[in-house]
Amino acid sequence: MRRILPIFCTLLLVGCASVEALRAVPKGSHTGAHLRNPLQLFQTAQEELGVTGEYQTTDFDPLRFLTTWNFNNLPPEERAKVYTEKRLADGKKLREYRFSIEDREIEVAPGLFYPAWTYNGQVPGPTIRATEGDTVRIHFTNTGTKPHTMHFHGFHAAAMDGSAPEHLVLPGVTFTYEFTAGPFGTHLYHCHSYPVSHHIARGLYGAFIIDPRNDTRPKPDREFVMVMNGFDTDFDGENDIYAVNTRAFAYAKSPIPVRVGEKMRIHLSNLLEFDLLNSFHLHANFFDLYRTGTRREPDAFTDILSMAQGERAILETQFSSPGMYMFHAHVGEFSELGWMGMFHVTE
Amino acid sequence: MSFPPFSIGRFYSVMRGWGLVFLSLLLIGGMTALFLRHGLLGVFEADVPPVERLVIPRVIFTPEHVTLQVFNDGPESVTVAQVVVNEALWRFTMTPTTTLPPLHSGRIELFYPWTEGDPLSLRLISRNGIVAERDVDIAFLTPTVDALHLRTFMLLGLYVGVIPVLLGLLWFPMLRRMRREFYSHLLALTVGLLAFLGFDTFAEGLTLISDVPGAFNGEMLLVGGIFLAIISLGVVSHRMEHLVVEEEHLRSLAWGYLIALGIGIHNLGEGLAIGSAYAIGEIALGGSLVIGFMLHNLTEGVAIVAPLTRASSGGIRFVRHLLAMGLLAGGPTIIGTLLGGFAYSPVLGVLFLGIGTGAIFDVTFDILHHMAGGRWKSLFSGGNVLGFLLGLLLMYGTGFLVLR
Repeated sequence: MRRILPIFCTLLLVGCASVEALRAVPKGSHTGAHLRNPLQLFQTAQEELGVTGEYQTTDFDPLRFLTTWNFNNLPPEERAKVYTEKRLADGKKLREYRFSIEDREIEVAPGLFYPAWTYNGQVPGPTIRATEGDTVRIHFTNTGTKPHTMHFHGFHAAAMDGSAPEHLVLPGVTFTYEFTAGPFGTHLYHCHSYPVSHHIARGLYGAFIIDPRNDTRPKPDREFVMVMNGFDTDFDGENDIYAVNTRAFAYAKSPIPVRVGEKMRIHLSNLLEFDLLNSFHLHANFFDLYRTGTRREPDAFTDILSMAQGERAILETQFSSPGMYMFHAHVGEFSELGWMGMFHVTE
Repeated sequence: MSFPPFSIGRFYSVMRGWGLVFLSLLLIGGMTALFLRHGLLGVFEADVPPVERLVIPRVIFTPEHVTLQVFNDGPESVTVAQVVVNEALWRFTMTPTTTLPPLHSGRIELFYPWTEGDPLSLRLISRNGIVAERDVDIAFLTPTVDALHLRTFMLLGLYVGVIPVLLGLLWFPMLRRMRREFYSHLLALTVGLLAFLGFDTFAEGLTLISDVPGAFNGEMLLVGGIFLAIISLGVVSHRMEHLVVEEEHLRSLAWGYLIALGIGIHNLGEGLAIGSAYAIGEIALGGSLVIGFMLHNLTEGVAIVAPLTRASSGGIRFVRHLLAMGLLAGGPTIIGTLLGGFAYSPVLGVLFLGIGTGAIFDVTFDILHHMAGGRWKSLFSGGNVLGFLLGLLLMYGTGFLVLR
């Protein structure tokens, strides 16, 4: 027995080692049975860029977000709880909103969730839209766990700035922001609690559109709200996912349907944190660019636009022939990490 | 044999003993159940992100295709949501599923147009946004088991391991003609060579530990390997004691074999290192590398024959012994290269490097023990020290030739 044991143990060890070794050996060809020639190989490999799987949650609809403002996506009873408008004496309106904070997990890529801080449960927050001269009144209740604020890029009094330490709205407290909407243009709002970079990165931002009082501009057939953003899912100070309207490759998976000849007006803003510059590029077409949307004449006619954080613009264009047209950041890394979408143009 | 008389007192004390053991197990079980249900003071119920630790031990490159071996080294299940290759989200398939329980392995397949020679960065993003990263320095077609690669690795092992050791054996006649007084100096030289080899192997094992997933406890693999080798060799020499007794030439022969064994295992580790380095494109098998290794390993052959100068008077039987030792020392290089090239596993690598270290140190200590003859201070004679330093220097110098 004493002689057999060492030999047995050695054989067992060698046996296990060889089984393990054989398992680790790569098989001859992994290239898949369905691929035959090298060209097919190349084509298939290039096509594999993108996200794996489908979005699992339906609490946020990127296509619906494009055309949602003043909570018009809600049924009337629900909508009345968060938004009311009242006509005032001089033809202007008083628009009252109820905003709150919700800490929730949002899906930023299929199967990938980010612990966001949100206005009213969505990232980007609800789009606010008013006409120049309207009174905007927002009852902001901080139902979150940290002090938050709302800071608007638009005219307002210093006390409504939402940026100083005394403006911080503590958890459980309600503060009412009130100001006269102006100037006309495409603006935005975000949390200005500290550190601002973190509060923005966590998802506390949204679009804020002010239409001119006497709007002589030709009315567009389609209007879209696009907020460029990104998410640092591993909290290392760099974005891991980039997107327009939060969900990576959302409009690549579900292209935006448009008709040939439809005048499109895109309200575009950049709320990307950590990266100095973002950009917007449209394929096969050029757009009239109204920086910040505050002038009645376009500033440029181009197919690419660079934006720093907090910048926004109105882009107006129309497609003249049907097909699929890509739009994306012209920063390769951003577009390949999710900031890419498609317009599906039909007759 | 008669049993002690049965008494109620004894019965009671035995029962009490077992009863207490059973009670302790019951209490542990009860506490565990309570803990799982209610949590101890709520301290562990904090809303912290889960501890996730995925590692990618191996990346396999085939044309337009990359395969990742993935291992869950952490305490919680991990679901891989997305994969990013060189800062682009990339579609993947994962077997068996995208969720890996702790200590389970999986495979991720990607069709990716990688470029030979370029670095590749891989990031796996879990459902919770936690990232597992692996950077490949050089993308290189992974050798598959075919005639070309088999021949390459075996020749490599032959050139780097077997031939230099056998050539080192040729030093034997010259060494034998040296004066008897120089024998202990020769032993000191051997000890120097072996000491260098031992620490070299250990250092390689230490650097390899970082590639071993934490669950496998690389440090313990290394230490365990060292002890395993020392114990095994100790058992072997213990068994051989009744053969050897005090006969000098038989003991020298035994040493030769033991040294050859230790060097053989060390060379297995070296072969693993070379084979795996080639498989990931880290080394070009240039002439300079091979020549460097040959010179470096020549000294290993010298280390084997140095203590043999008092072994025997020569003859064909002795030459057969020498050849056997040479093959024992050099042969495992071939096995190691094959293993490292085809089936690289950092776990096996660290284990074998540990065993190699232990084997070498065991033999080194054996020789020192004999040289000392009970008086350890006598080891530090001028000739011994010079011999030891010369051995270190030889190894260190030839190490410069092995640039990698």
